[in-house]
Amino acid sequence: MAQVLARELRVGRRAAHTRAYLIRRIISRTALYVFVTLMSLVFAAPLLWMLSTSLKDDPQVYRVPPIWIPHPIRPANYVEIFTRRPMGMYFLNTLRYALPTAAGVLISCSLVAYSFARLRWPGRDALFFLCLATMMIPYQVTMIPLYITFKTLGWINTYLPLVVPAFFGNAYYIFLLRQFFATIPEELSDAARVDGCSEGRILLRIILPLSKPALAVVGLFQFMGAWNDYLGPLIYLSREDMFPLALGLQSLRASFQEKLVWPYMMAASTMMILPVIIIFFLAQRSFIEGITVTGLKG
Amino acid sequence: MGGAAKRRGRKQLAALGQGLLFASPWVLGFLAFTAYPMVASLYYSLTSYDVLRPPRFIGLENFRFMLFSDSLFRIVLGNTVWFVVVGVPSGLVIAFLLANLLNTDMKARPVFRTIFYLPAILPAVASAEVWRWVYNPRYGLINSVLKSWGLATIPWLSSPALAKPSLVIIHCWAQGTAIVIFLAALQDVPRTLYDAAVVDGANGWNRFWHVTVPMCTPSILFVAITGLIGMFQYFTLGWLLTQGGPNNATEFYSMYLYRNAFRYFKMGYASALAWGLFVIVVSCTIALMRSSARWVYYGGEAL
Repeated sequence: MAQVLARELRVGRRAAHTRAYLIRRIISRTALYVFVTLMSLVFAAPLLWMLSTSLKDDPQVYRVPPIWIPHPIRPANYVEIFTRRPMGMYFLNTLRYALPTAAGVLISCSLVAYSFARLRWPGRDALFFLCLATMMIPYQVTMIPLYITFKTLGWINTYLPLVVPAFFGNAYYIFLLRQFFATIPEELSDAARVDGCSEGRILLRIILPLSKPALAVVGLFQFMGAWNDYLGPLIYLSREDMFPLALGLQSLRASFQEKLVWPYMMAASTMMILPVIIIFFLAQRSFIEGITVTGLKG
Repeated sequence: MGGAAKRRGRKQLAALGQGLLFASPWVLGFLAFTAYPMVASLYYSLTSYDVLRPPRFIGLENFRFMLFSDSLFRIVLGNTVWFVVVGVPSGLVIAFLLANLLNTDMKARPVFRTIFYLPAILPAVASAEVWRWVYNPRYGLINSVLKSWGLATIPWLSSPALAKPSLVIIHCWAQGTAIVIFLAALQDVPRTLYDAAVVDGANGWNRFWHVTVPMCTPSILFVAITGLIGMFQYFTLGWLLTQGGPNNATEFYSMYLYRNAFRYFKMGYASALAWGLFVIVVSCTIALMRSSARWVYYGGEAL
């Protein structure tokens, strides 16, 4: 009722002042577009500036006022960083732990989420609540004893401290997958149970194939989290030949004179950012859905 | 008490076994990577421990030092509280406004959404390099523009007064996750509410303040809590950009903790700091949740 009334009211007003309405609408639309465009330029500026600097030669880097489009373009900056530091090795090193952690959380979190979402057992809800509550615990609280444990095990300067925990679940991803699994109709599992299917088979044959978007989100989030991580590698890796990009970038910075470092650092940053941007564009939809699932729709 | 009860008991036990079996990765992980370290950390916090020699029990000395003698800790706590109190609300307000802009029916919305979202998923190490260059006192993007306009340059990260605000600006730049959460919430606000508000003669501001904001309070609470927890643990950008300086202006809790643990090898004191952080984060989270009864509106479904 209110809806109809409001529409009438709007239509009525529009009929009475068509011209004034149109002009006001044009002005407000233009203002909106101008404002959003300005804001997005502000937000994009640091990245455009990075890309632009990465392709400049020295005189252009230090020009005032700044130039946005380099001329001549100098792609050699990207080559130079590979000769200064083993950027390719840093790249592969990053993959060497980022990929296993993604596999780890996918395996462990699907099992746990299945238990929390689809199996009925005493104490389940209490444990799920405990699992969620652990998200409040700062990383710094467990950091020191874990460091000491891993040191005792001789795991310093290996990727094990970064990889092994991923195989033991992660509260955030368990929550995300649980929310997704819970939306799959129970009838599908029941039918399979009648046919004598075990729970493991139901998970493998029914639930997982139906959950590809959610699994993609978890895998990608974890991969990017590992790719972007700095504190973990900083604590556990001190040997240069084990460095991932996150540590390699600092090592690259140290190999240049402070004054001349900018185009090279911008080239290296662009390289490090590029995979993340590619992944984002390939999986944009799943990303946005993944975040909103963990929002408040559970 | 017959076979039926026993059978039900056995069935329950089997269900428990199966449930725990599937949940075992997390259960084991919780014991090994959360529960044990927390207990160990509490124990270490009562010791003097430099990793080389075994921990030596010193009672509450670390906590006494932290609360009453460590003048640097007071500065660090002040910095962190400032950063949380200013940073979390600024990030939230920016994200909410951008989400509202994106929620209008304009063209090229996906393009704008991508631009606003992207900074949030970039590696912090790369963001740090980019902003170090943007903030460069002589040739950085901002100062070279100011210089070319004949204006005074801004010392950004090298000024004790501006270092923290400079980091807050970077924080506001990387609000993509919050924007996406708010966008989803905005799309769930029923149109009928706006229509009803129009009937009641509400103007644009009133509709925003009395319809949009209340309907989004659940997600505002969510973003505030996650923002708070994250901000208390702020490390990478500060560590890379300012190293805590100038003059300790950006020495935040996590950085001070890391420094004590892995630079000074004061594992005992660092563990006491960690427990302090834990207590602060949990109390703030609980306080925020308690307060939510007064300002969060959960009536969406009833309409």
